[in-house]
Amino acid sequence: MKKINIVDLTLRDGSHAMSHQFTAQQMADLAAQIDTIGVDYIEFGHGNGVGGSSIQYGFGAATDEEYMKAVNPVVHNAKLCVITLPGIGTRYDLKMAVENGVSVARFATQMSECDIARQHIGMAKEMGLTPWAVLPLAKFLSVEETVFYAQQSEKLGAEVIYLLDGGGSALPEEVYERVFEVCKRVDVPIGFHAHNNMQLAVANSLAAVDAGCTYIDACLKGFGAGAGNCPIEPFVLALERKGYKTNVDLYKAMDVGDKYLKPIMPRPQELTSDQIMLGYGVYSSFLLFARRAGEKYGVDPRDIIKTIGLRGCTEGQEQICIEVAYELAQKKKALENA
Amino acid sequence: MDKKIPVAIIGPGNIGLDLMKKIIKRSKNMELALMVGNEGSKHLHVAEEAGIPTTNQGIDELIKHKDIKIVFDATLASAHMVHAPKLKEAGMIAIDLTPAAVGPYVCPPVNLQEYKNEPNLNLITCGGQATIPIVYALSTVCNVEYAEIVACIARESAGPGTRDSIDEFTITTARALREVGRAKKSKAIILLNPSKPPIMMSNTIYCLVDDPDEEKITKAVNDMVARVQEYVPGYRLKIPPTIDGNKVTTMIEIEGAGDHLPKYSGNLDIETSAALAVGEGIAEALLKEGGAN
Repeated sequence: MKKINIVDLTLRDGSHAMSHQFTAQQMADLAAQIDTIGVDYIEFGHGNGVGGSSIQYGFGAATDEEYMKAVNPVVHNAKLCVITLPGIGTRYDLKMAVENGVSVARFATQMSECDIARQHIGMAKEMGLTPWAVLPLAKFLSVEETVFYAQQSEKLGAEVIYLLDGGGSALPEEVYERVFEVCKRVDVPIGFHAHNNMQLAVANSLAAVDAGCTYIDACLKGFGAGAGNCPIEPFVLALERKGYKTNVDLYKAMDVGDKYLKPIMPRPQELTSDQIMLGYGVYSSFLLFARRAGEKYGVDPRDIIKTIGLRGCTEGQEQICIEVAYELAQKKKALENA
Repeated sequence: MDKKIPVAIIGPGNIGLDLMKKIIKRSKNMELALMVGNEGSKHLHVAEEAGIPTTNQGIDELIKHKDIKIVFDATLASAHMVHAPKLKEAGMIAIDLTPAAVGPYVCPPVNLQEYKNEPNLNLITCGGQATIPIVYALSTVCNVEYAEIVACIARESAGPGTRDSIDEFTITTARALREVGRAKKSKAIILLNPSKPPIMMSNTIYCLVDDPDEEKITKAVNDMVARVQEYVPGYRLKIPPTIDGNKVTTMIEIEGAGDHLPKYSGNLDIETSAALAVGEGIAEALLKEGGAN
């Protein structure tokens, strides 16, 4: 029976849904509980990763160091992970992670820019961290190009390579064919990270597993950016029925979700109209920024998201929400004056 | 009055060649006397074709040219660490376009006057050149407690130098926002954008300040933009300073001059334009002292 590694992101992608307002204590309490359900890795910290606390992405309720110092002592079973973008997190952040018990550093880049992780992958290895590469499934890139960049990441030294559908806009067959080809032509294990904006996170993650992927990002109750990520509970159940093995105890996962996560969720992980718009291929973390910019400039957040989607904007560029809202407001004004 | 200061460029790559074209087209006080490459330089012929004397024998050949007063280093940080002491010994002023930071950080409209007599000047990063003037302008009318910049660059205009030293970009830019821009705390973010057609370089500057006065801030920023435009004509305000509580958000877009690099490469254009402005300032001072002899 093939074993699927579950990387729990409740405390990292979930931080987006919290507008990065997890306190260090809340994060530690949840981490201790999540550690009992049998996930293989726990990723935690600011939603935009280490170094993400900023005006651009929102300041965290705690610093990276405070989160690390709180979470490290209470996690005994799962391995600890952090994520960062080269160009945001620095060598000092990686050093802090190593000193606080983190064993895996995941580096997210635009897929076509995966070579900018070269320096960080090298530094991580030198410091004793296991580097993984996280490559967004750019909707413009073909299967062949996806394979090319995955191979490039392998050459740079990534030990697991993830394909990430940050906008939750991929369809199961698109996931399958990409993961399948990458698994065939890359030697390191492949992972997949889904978002649920089109309610396809479980389906896409299953397609990825069927195509050969052995690492899956998932959250309790799907708690994450946009309409959330792949929810652990139904996903684990589906894996079991398909004959794949995980270490997750389904009842425990359900109980921890109900008892510890649900009370602090600021809103249920329901499907809203602007979340569906993210299916145009916009990063899920842009959602709350588009809502705020829409309010400030008096434009419909759905128009902001759609415009960004059509422009093919990329991860980390949350400022584009302000830019697009400003431009749409100027256009609206010009029309009114005409 | 027609006298010009002989200068050299090390590194006939994209940056070096763009700077070469700027000096040939626009320099009042400098004359490009030598383009310096090594045996591996692929594009040295571009300089030759432009009528510039060249050598592929590197720094050791360069320092034999005693007439050269100013040297622009457009290589890599590691190479500049080797070049810097040799240039100093030869009495040549180094204008460093790498992130080596041997000398003080210079941003022309902010602090060039202070450093005109330094033997080695560092041009920070493209993101630093684009955003520090705005942070500094704010610091003249209010206390900047925190400055954060986000530089977005088209993938096509980020070469191997940028890609392999992305961590230096973040760290150096953040440091210069404090040391030159006078922010108390700082953060820098660089993002590469793969959109097609390539985007113009775009910079978002967020500052947290004490008691923002909109009128004073707008004036200070507009004045500064005009000063930067004197040496970077494609530098423009995309979104004027917008105040929200104690947060001031400004966006700057840079269209390159298209000298050697395409117009979307505003990030590279502001580096070479800053280098030209620094070189002009120093050459002018040298001419006044009669240093051209």
